[in-house]
Amino acid sequence: MDIPSSFTEIKQQINHGQLNLIDLCQSFINRIESSKTNAFVEIFKDESLKRAALINEKINLKKQGLLAGMIIGVKDNICFANHNVTASSKILSGFESIFSATAIQRLLDEDAIIIGRLNCDEFAMGSSNENSTYGPVRHHIDHEKVPGGSSGGSAVAVAEGLCTASLGSDTGGSIRQPASFCGVVGMKPSYGRISRYGLLAYASSFDQIGVFTNNVEDACLLTHVMSGKDDYDSTLSHVKSHTSSVKSLDKKLAIGVPEDYLNFNNLDPEIKQKTEEIIDKLRLSGHKINLLSFPFVKHLVPCYYVLTTAEASSNLARYDGAHYGYRSDEANDIDSTYELTRSEGFGLEVKRRIMLGNFVLSSGYYDAYFTKAQKVRRLIKEKTDEMLKENDVLLFPTTPSTAFNIGEINDPIKMYLQDIFTVHANIAGVPAISLPLGSHSNKLPFGIQLMGRSFDEDSLYSIAESLMQL
Amino acid sequence: MKIDQNTIKKLASLSKLKFNEKEMELITNDMEKMIDFIQTLEEINTEGVEPLIHMTEGYNHWRADEVREMLPPNEALKNSPKADSSYFKLPKVLDK
Repeated sequence: MDIPSSFTEIKQQINHGQLNLIDLCQSFINRIESSKTNAFVEIFKDESLKRAALINEKINLKKQGLLAGMIIGVKDNICFANHNVTASSKILSGFESIFSATAIQRLLDEDAIIIGRLNCDEFAMGSSNENSTYGPVRHHIDHEKVPGGSSGGSAVAVAEGLCTASLGSDTGGSIRQPASFCGVVGMKPSYGRISRYGLLAYASSFDQIGVFTNNVEDACLLTHVMSGKDDYDSTLSHVKSHTSSVKSLDKKLAIGVPEDYLNFNNLDPEIKQKTEEIIDKLRLSGHKINLLSFPFVKHLVPCYYVLTTAEASSNLARYDGAHYGYRSDEANDIDSTYELTRSEGFGLEVKRRIMLGNFVLSSGYYDAYFTKAQKVRRLIKEKTDEMLKENDVLLFPTTPSTAFNIGEINDPIKMYLQDIFTVHANIAGVPAISLPLGSHSNKLPFGIQLMGRSFDEDSLYSIAESLMQL
Repeated sequence: MKIDQNTIKKLASLSKLKFNEKEMELITNDMEKMIDFIQTLEEINTEGVEPLIHMTEGYNHWRADEVREMLPPNEALKNSPKADSSYFKLPKVLDK
């Protein structure tokens, strides 16, 4: 079966009675089963097909929800009642969630089908999807390359056509960086837009659920459905949700370009050139381009690592072998229950971050590192808000390079610097989207990023759509 | 920054993690690199700047204080490594 790439097309075919959801679902299952990328770690086969039959009925009665026909894969760190969720970690092997994340529940309420669970870096820590108990995810175009991370499975699943959309989480670029590497749309909404209830916590003041899609319209509809207040996440904003479809752009914009990003010395020349071409086109179509100076490029990733590892070290303290998940067979007293369980259950990158987090939080270092980073975070946020006051949106590349080889980057700092252009949005809490606009002479895609004002996803989506049509 | 073995051991103990000798060497080396990396924050003048603690300043949402059954015991125990009737079962904590 020829599967339409976007939900917009699927919906049209459903409305014309040309598409049966069982066939659609079965076609995706067939593709997943023959895929070699290791994106899916589990297919919810029988129940997806059953649900497809049920939603077919609803469609016949014209009583279907907004997402009837939407088939979604979910990153393995978002809870779905009575399904396994492990954050790709041994420490949660066999864990079955007893409730659904608010985001998942809202998708189900609108008749989406959740087709399976997607591979990721352990506890969403990584930029290559190599840190997974299920083994690395492979890039769909070149199996020797990484898909990016941490939501690598989610990016590949959409790029390879294994589902129409997927959920990911973005703490420092974990949606946008793999979206850039794989050539799909990747959206991280404003912090506080989508409930984090049911998202396995990595760094609570940065984490945000978002989506991978093949077009801007689908991303907009999905984040609209998942947004809005929730009794189970008190950090959630009560600001009215953005619209369910992309509004067309009806004015000329002020677009800010932080020059320090374009002059970053490890930026691939072709990515730089493409960004400049886009800027020229925008200028020619009447938008105002403002070149900006952003003095914190070098300090973004260090600030991010101090704060996220601190939050992670305390969030991950819950994995103690007592109440759920893995417990070491050798555990014979209280200390060995904790220490052996955690040492056997966590992978190296997770351990590194817990150790650094406890270092920056320990007495004697707390003020020098943790409080210092919180102060720097305020400076970065204030500078970002100021740039976004005078500009409708900021534009720069999503990643400094295209996908690299599996096993190529072993130095943790080099890996952390993969997120140099993406951590900014998480530090400031603003929404950002990666658009698949670039195609490199090495045959790999790359993304261009737009960063908008907090809780103004409406403008961000409008601008993104017009950029895709440019 | 050079980190001595005692600091690493103390951090491992705070983290409830155990490292063998080879891992110890690796983690020490990584920690030194990571600390050098985050030390660049010193370059920024933050005098008089308040730390940013909450990302969602300006609102606080209250909910009614109603009793709800959130987690029945059988579900709470569903994922436990070991359980006995309505209890989590753990290795003994005290020797006597």
